Amino acid sequence: MSSGRITPRMRPAKERICDFEEVSLGYTEEEAVAEASRCLLCGACVKGCPVGIDIPGFIKAIQEKDFKRGYQIIKKNNLLPAICGRVCPQETQCEAMCILGKKGDPINIGALERFLADHYADESIPRINENGHKAAVVGSGPGGLTAAFELRRAGFQVTVYEALHELGGVLKYGIPGFRLPDDVVDREIETLKKMGVEFLTSFLIGKTLTIDELLQKNDAVLIATGAGLPGYLGIPGENGIGVLLANELLTRVNLMKAYDFPRYDTPVISGKKIVVIGGGNVAMDTARVSRRMGADVVICYRREEKDMPARLEERHHAKEEGIDFQVLTNPVEILLNDEGRVRGMVVERMKITGVADDGRSRIASTKETFEMETDLVVEAIGQSPNKIIRENVEKLEFDKKGRIVVDENLKTTKDNVWAAGDIVSGAATVILAMGEAKEAARAIVEKFGG
Amino acid sequence: MRNTIVSKENLSEDVCSFIVEHPEIASHYEPGQFVIVRVHEKGERIPLTIVDADPEKGTIRLVVQGVGLTSKLMNQMKAGDRLIDLLGPLGRPFHFPADAKKGLFVGGGLGIAPLYPKVKHFEGERHVTLGAKDASHLILQKEMKAASFRLTLCTDDGSLGEKGLVTHAMQRLFDSGESFDFCVAIGPLVMMKAVVEANKALGLPTFVSLNPIMVDGTGMCGGCRFEYDGEVKFACVDGPVFDGFKVNFHDLLVRSRQYEKHECRALEHYREKKSKKESL
Repeated sequence: MSSGRITPRMRPAKERICDFEEVSLGYTEEEAVAEASRCLLCGACVKGCPVGIDIPGFIKAIQEKDFKRGYQIIKKNNLLPAICGRVCPQETQCEAMCILGKKGDPINIGALERFLADHYADESIPRINENGHKAAVVGSGPGGLTAAFELRRAGFQVTVYEALHELGGVLKYGIPGFRLPDDVVDREIETLKKMGVEFLTSFLIGKTLTIDELLQKNDAVLIATGAGLPGYLGIPGENGIGVLLANELLTRVNLMKAYDFPRYDTPVISGKKIVVIGGGNVAMDTARVSRRMGADVVICYRREEKDMPARLEERHHAKEEGIDFQVLTNPVEILLNDEGRVRGMVVERMKITGVADDGRSRIASTKETFEMETDLVVEAIGQSPNKIIRENVEKLEFDKKGRIVVDENLKTTKDNVWAAGDIVSGAATVILAMGEAKEAARAIVEKFGG
Repeated sequence: MRNTIVSKENLSEDVCSFIVEHPEIASHYEPGQFVIVRVHEKGERIPLTIVDADPEKGTIRLVVQGVGLTSKLMNQMKAGDRLIDLLGPLGRPFHFPADAKKGLFVGGGLGIAPLYPKVKHFEGERHVTLGAKDASHLILQKEMKAASFRLTLCTDDGSLGEKGLVTHAMQRLFDSGESFDFCVAIGPLVMMKAVVEANKALGLPTFVSLNPIMVDGTGMCGGCRFEYDGEVKFACVDGPVFDGFKVNFHDLLVRSRQYEKHECRALEHYREKKSKKESL
């Protein structure tokens, strides 16, 4: 047996860029046991987990081939293991704490979590003792789902309100199926439905019902509406045909299934040479989606690759799939033809001038510009909180960036209203939203009794 | 039950009026707002202006002209059918300028339906000018007549009212010495642009209601963005009603053509599918 880290098998890049099926095939039982056997069970990793999973506990169960027990251990702290095993940035969380990582490769905790969740999830639901209280959860993304689970488990009657027609929030419209298949998300939502959580889709809180109306019908309201307002560069040519914000491309393709147009009614504008602007996970997802639509794809990023907020694994997959990384390039103008369609983009070359406080490169323009050939530009440069709730509520305080102000228990300035996830912390990750949602749910349970 | 079509009325060969049940939308609606509709499992999301609402009955009224695939499919639906998704009321409500006493309301073609709630909710003197390509496309005549102080109709072919464009009819109003506190113009982009240009010269404040391509309708995708007063605005959450003088119509005209080819392809696909079904 090799003592090195075992990477799950991946579908070959050539094959996977032709469809939207999952890239990583996950561990076989043999691989999972072998990887688990490398673990020293020291427990250092737990400190890195935003939801505090008993990681050595479930790894020990895998070592002993008691997979069902392993799954139950995860489930105690994490409602969505099949999702987290796939999309958590383990390398900066649990795996960053792994003692084996100091000299060699850390344990592949994410792949082990996914292995248990994919093969040993059981249909059993926790026994619920009704506490006679009602809670409304706004948003059905990772934060909303986690909160709904925790509150329901504590005995609340829970209703989740979702603005889109599908449940799952960013897990559905944002993260593509090749990274997180829809049925994995649906399976987790199914569990919540079995537990008795009520879901209402096409309900936009702030418009269809207000927060105050929710408070009339519920003891507690938890807002987990995510980021949901895309940023844009503000450069000339930005409103031309063939310039999209990443959210639009991802929503059309992931949620509305535009890759299967005209079998599905929603189309998406296509290009032969697509430039994706940005260096985060959304930029990687956008680039890889574009690649699967048959285009040549270039990522345009103003710093160096090591400065990209995107996960290493995503960058690696993107490169394998033939995506060209043009770093130290900064867009200054999108060129349009007479019909208003994109015909190219002018970028300036950047240079490194030092190191910023956050460890990333400090950059400046070289003033040298050149033209990039492109017929479709997608901007993936970040998100801020959606303003719909903000504009339709009283006594709820927001900060300058539009985030809801909360105390250490995630309680807002409005009575009986809590908030968690990106609406509180700005655009972050699935697991951080889940961690906060859990905290907020705990605070609600403490107030009303579980 | 929410989303159920309570009744349907054909207003012309391709325009239908629907009364749809949705108590929450009906009770929260304010004039100017819209809904997003999806009509089947694989369907797209399209915005439709709420034409009227009855909070007591818990219903809203939608008027649909069959131009694209989804609107054509919707017009085939019957009373008792359910819209698979109905989201709203979206967008910001429209408020008339303070102290306005006399308003000019201009509607063209498809814009007549969204114009109606604005006319109805204005408490001053309502002058309404409507235009369409022919008499059969000039919808809501009865309602508009009942709601207006003075109604002027015009058609491209002269089959009803004056022959010519709404801007000509407006000009005649101005020439006759009429003056107004504001104007609301809703219709095709070229019409709104022409009205805005004419009114700019007179300094007549003009509001337009925009209906660009949208996906989510909640400010998330940015597909409906355009330049407004030198800034980027999202029609779905910042509008849909805007000060016409500040709208960059060129942007909107360009962006409205984004999916022209796809729209034709979607209709072709639908016809192919339908004829295959019929030949079986």
